[in-house]
Amino acid sequence: MDFNFIWLSLGEIASPTTAAYALATIGLVVHFGFTGLLNFGQAGFMAVGGYAFAIATLKFDAPLPMAVLATILASALFALILGIPTLRLRADYLSIVTIAASEIIRLSVKTSELTDITGGATGLNGAAKTFNAINPFPKGNYGFGVLTYTADQLWVRVVGWTLVALACLVVFLLVRSPWGRVVKGIREDEDAVRSLGKNVFSYKMQALIFGGVLGGLAGMLFILPRSLQPDNYGTQLTFFLYTIMLLGGATTVFGPVIGSMIFWVTLSLSDGLLALGINSGILPITSVQQGPVRFIIVGVALALLVVFRPQGILGNKKEVFFSA
Amino acid sequence: MPKTPVDQIVAGPIEPGVKKKNPILVVDGVRRTFGGLTAVNVDHVEIPAGAVTALIGPNGAGKTTFFNLLTGFDKPNEGSWNFKGENLAGVPAFKVARRGMVRTFQLTKALSLMKVIDNMLLGATKQPGENMFRALFPFTWKQREADVEERAQSLLARFKLDAKKDDYAGSLSGGQRKLLEMARALMSDPDLVMLDEPMAGVNPALTQSLLHHILDLKEQGMTVLFVEHDMHVVQEIADWVIVMAEGKVVAEGPPSTVMSDPAVIDAYLGAHHDTDLGTISGQLEVAEEMESDLIRHEVEEEAAHDGK
Ligand SMILES: Nc1ncnc2c1ncn2[C@@H]1O[C@H](COP(=O)(O)OP(=O)(O)O)[C@@H](O)[C@H]1O
Ligand SMILES: [Mg+2]
Repeated sequence: MDFNFIWLSLGEIASPTTAAYALATIGLVVHFGFTGLLNFGQAGFMAVGGYAFAIATLKFDAPLPMAVLATILASALFALILGIPTLRLRADYLSIVTIAASEIIRLSVKTSELTDITGGATGLNGAAKTFNAINPFPKGNYGFGVLTYTADQLWVRVVGWTLVALACLVVFLLVRSPWGRVVKGIREDEDAVRSLGKNVFSYKMQALIFGGVLGGLAGMLFILPRSLQPDNYGTQLTFFLYTIMLLGGATTVFGPVIGSMIFWVTLSLSDGLLALGINSGILPITSVQQGPVRFIIVGVALALLVVFRPQGILGNKKEVFFSA
Repeated sequence: MPKTPVDQIVAGPIEPGVKKKNPILVVDGVRRTFGGLTAVNVDHVEIPAGAVTALIGPNGAGKTTFFNLLTGFDKPNEGSWNFKGENLAGVPAFKVARRGMVRTFQLTKALSLMKVIDNMLLGATKQPGENMFRALFPFTWKQREADVEERAQSLLARFKLDAKKDDYAGSLSGGQRKLLEMARALMSDPDLVMLDEPMAGVNPALTQSLLHHILDLKEQGMTVLFVEHDMHVVQEIADWVIVMAEGKVVAEGPPSTVMSDPAVIDAYLGAHHDTDLGTISGQLEVAEEMESDLIRHEVEEEAAHDGK
């Protein structure tokens, strides 16, 4: 039997996709965990960031720093557009608008009228060219066994996890600052915070933009090792991010990192185990059913977690959201 | 703390809307309707500076709505009001607070998933670390943080909450939350403190200390406007009483005499047109609600008289 899948699954811990999901989830923690903003469109922020980066690089031949700047500005603008009409209203308006806006983005980029710019339904390829051009690692193979990476694969891992570490550091500093105190107050009761002389709208907007920019950068990171596919940014992506957030702990800084690692390792391990079971005839399912069944396993794991450790793996029991 | 004498408060004959010698808040023609219902319709009222003013009136009189309007939490259909001589109409709630007019809520708003001390620190002003970029550089705000923490500590000690400093606010009792909300509002060193039913739901043992805290505020030079139902409390600490009914100010006066004002009795009785006032039990029921010894006595005396 082939047990390589165990190694491959462990490799997910450091994969750039895991890093991208962690980064997007850190943004979500800023929104939901710390400020109480119900953003159901983090996938939209990832799409905006990914497209801004790819279009700047491929269509405008922008150098890497300009493409990164475009990513940041586009996702900040997206946050501004969503926030201005909704952040003065009740919390649920933001959730409706964000989920709709992220679907609008995904469907718009696929229209044939925009194919010249967005690549239509097939998306865009090769956005990593400027990124790989500055790869400082000499060509060659790194790692061991099945976990052997090319220089480009190593480069994207190093940069991806550096970004995640930086984001963790900034969020860590923010939530321990008076700024963090104000946004946590807003999460609890925004009228109380208003009565204490804080400009609640401005703080909510800052949080929405900051978390959205993290989502946009995650979108950029996500397409560095792969092509840009519009259908990767469906609503299920947002819900995976919520799953990761709840796994790790919605009010923690490092929870998204742990959550993302567990999420991807679990998916990959269960995939391998199911394949093993199917091939050896132990499991009464087909390999077509294998994909969806992995998500059932993750779902069951999440349900168990919410029952037995509602604060998430790293969370503080006293700050749990789902208390009776 | 002695009561402020009436002649130091008013600048004219006692009647609804009477001019004050030294008003901190002057309200003109403020009206708020909800659909067909006129919740607030105040022609003119002035709040005397440096005194404790009680705002009373039956349930639904519009007291909370009036608070919301004055503090920027709600917008009136029309009207204007001045605080310390500056126009406040149209000013958003957070700016109202910054100008020195803070309020608490009828339904206590303790920030449950935050520690008591963090609740307090949130009330501080001029904290540079509340700016997102400065927040990243603790050396720019640590000094201010230490200063406001000291202030928070002393306020908590005054309100006997210092032992609870590191507990989550959600673990406090209802009365303690009221105290915390009040202490938190005081962090900004306001000029006018508006308390919406500060005693509601507070256990009787805490009521006395709450009263002392309110009188303390006056002693420190603050102006207090508070909504209260318990007439004992009003008699004990208020220098001045404003009575609202059906959105209007129907009477004003010192606590010793205002309750016998026919307009006030009307206001409370008017809220009970479905109670049978022909029976003694009906009258007592109304009197109970007013919690006014004065009226209860009157009703009982009358009954004794009739019985003879
Ligand atoms: N948001 C609202 N929508 C509709 N009616 C309201 C609203 N707020 C208050 N009211 C009505 O306005 C009147 C005054 O209410 P309120 O100010 O809460 O009275 P009080 O605080 O004196 O008990 C009541 O009849 C109440 O039902
Ligand atoms: Mg009320």
